[in-house]
Amino acid sequence: MKPKIGRSIRPELKGLLFVSPWLVGLLWFYLYPFVASLYYSFHNATAFGPGAFIGLRNYELLIRDPLFWKSLANTIYFTAGSLSIGTVLALSLALLLPKNVRGATAYRTIFYLPTVVPFTAVSVIWIWILHPQYGPLNHLLEQLGLEAPGWLSDPTWAMPGLILVSAWSIGNMMVIYLAAMLEIPTELYEAAKLDGASPWQRLIRITIPLLTPVILFNLIVGLIGGFQYFVQPYVMTNGGPADSTLVYSLYLYRNAFQFFRMGYASAMGWVLFLLILAGTVLVLRSTRRWVHYRG
Amino acid sequence: MSGPSKASRIESSVRHGVLIVLALVFTTPFLWLLSTSLKTNEQIVQSSPDWIPRPATLQNFLNAFHTVPLLEYGKNTLIVTLFSVLGALCSNTLVAYGFSRIQWRSREFFFIITLATLMLPFQVTMVPLFIMFSKLHWTNTFLPLIVPCFFGNAFYIFLLRQFFLGIPRELSEAARIEGASELKILWHIILPLARPALFTVALFQFLFSWNDFIGPLIYLNDQSKFTLALGLANMQSAIGLSDFGMIMAAAVVTVLPVILLFVFTQRYFIEGIVQAKVSS
Repeated sequence: MKPKIGRSIRPELKGLLFVSPWLVGLLWFYLYPFVASLYYSFHNATAFGPGAFIGLRNYELLIRDPLFWKSLANTIYFTAGSLSIGTVLALSLALLLPKNVRGATAYRTIFYLPTVVPFTAVSVIWIWILHPQYGPLNHLLEQLGLEAPGWLSDPTWAMPGLILVSAWSIGNMMVIYLAAMLEIPTELYEAAKLDGASPWQRLIRITIPLLTPVILFNLIVGLIGGFQYFVQPYVMTNGGPADSTLVYSLYLYRNAFQFFRMGYASAMGWVLFLLILAGTVLVLRSTRRWVHYRG
Repeated sequence: MSGPSKASRIESSVRHGVLIVLALVFTTPFLWLLSTSLKTNEQIVQSSPDWIPRPATLQNFLNAFHTVPLLEYGKNTLIVTLFSVLGALCSNTLVAYGFSRIQWRSREFFFIITLATLMLPFQVTMVPLFIMFSKLHWTNTFLPLIVPCFFGNAFYIFLLRQFFLGIPRELSEAARIEGASELKILWHIILPLARPALFTVALFQFLFSWNDFIGPLIYLNDQSKFTLALGLANMQSAIGLSDFGMIMAAAVVTVLPVILLFVFTQRYFIEGIVQAKVSS
């Protein structure tokens, strides 16, 4: 009996021993704060600790807080705008860049480069480009005879400005589309060519349908990222003008670290988590209608 | 036969034309950054923007280093980044080994929990983490930014696990029969083969720590502790539009190291993203 038990316990122990740093990390930096933030959300918490139990009060206040709704609407505006423009742009770049194009690596590097620099640097660069008076973009628009908006200083144009900035950082999406396109069998295109399909038909009938699983993946990643969007509105507009770029994460940050309403911020965090969960489920549910799975 | 080849030549030149225009559009912000950082303040606020700095001057860089402790920021950023990379490499190789090369009963269960943490936004855990770190008196030190890296990260575990699973089982079985311990197998057999994957993890962590903003923003208070990303944002809010040349010079200093790193290592980087994301 003895050696048998020894043999069955040893791999179990060995496995746990190797993953033990992560089990500590999982408990310490993920599970504990995840549960603690739910606990705080039922309390009148400050920077010093949980404070008094107040039940669902934070959530009630949240529902009645106009800035909560405003920040939620702004976040949805940003996420919808940046995801749709980003998807079209990233897909177009990937379609223009099959592997056999001369200089493909150089182009890929150029399109990816904005994605690797710090968001704070992206922010200061674009504050300057979008400057209504001295920035090069408005100068270009004026030369083309177009109306030059006030961008970040105008409540109507601030969010479109931020969406424009986000279109510069689509490298990750593009690279994933590129990789997925390499996996499409070339025989499909050859067969379609023999049948006399035009390049446009090949794009609509072969490439796009076969890319839908990856489009779905990018949509979910983009959704999660969109709800966490923080650095650019913090640095570029600080939520203004007139709260037009006050996004969800920025308002949460303010509650936690400027107003020190830790319980309220924790409630916002949990609502964010549930919203992301619901959004993901919604996207996944719609997939039966438009995602094409091979085999 | 000249028909189709002519058509494909036209297609190819149109494609290159569009690509060149787009590449220019994507590079323009960087060129504008560099050009502004070399301009005098008079030229910056000219009514019609000029692309060429006339005269080109390094004064903005001198001012930036003089007004703001940029060298200090750079040193802080390097400390945080290098220790984070070290932590990520040590912890994630061990954990990924446990999730791939050892068979044990609850392995898949723990692995699914691991992947679930990827769905958890930082905003949810941020408040309790901050309160915990301030009770430990770790705020205003680099510890909250570095220590978690020594305890693994789901994304890197996933990436390394995929790579380790691809290494033939027979290699470690042979060593096991000869009585080698698991740590020896990891060190002498797996790690030498996994160098590209380790390099990818190191690169990702380097860029993450170098670029991180919200972490330093929450945990660091003294300007002498700031990282470059945080220092740059702080400079923007303090100086703003009054001295754009200087802010652009500081931005060049922040951006240049990561750009150089990326240009020389982009193959590992992009392959890492593709491998990790598409397979999930």
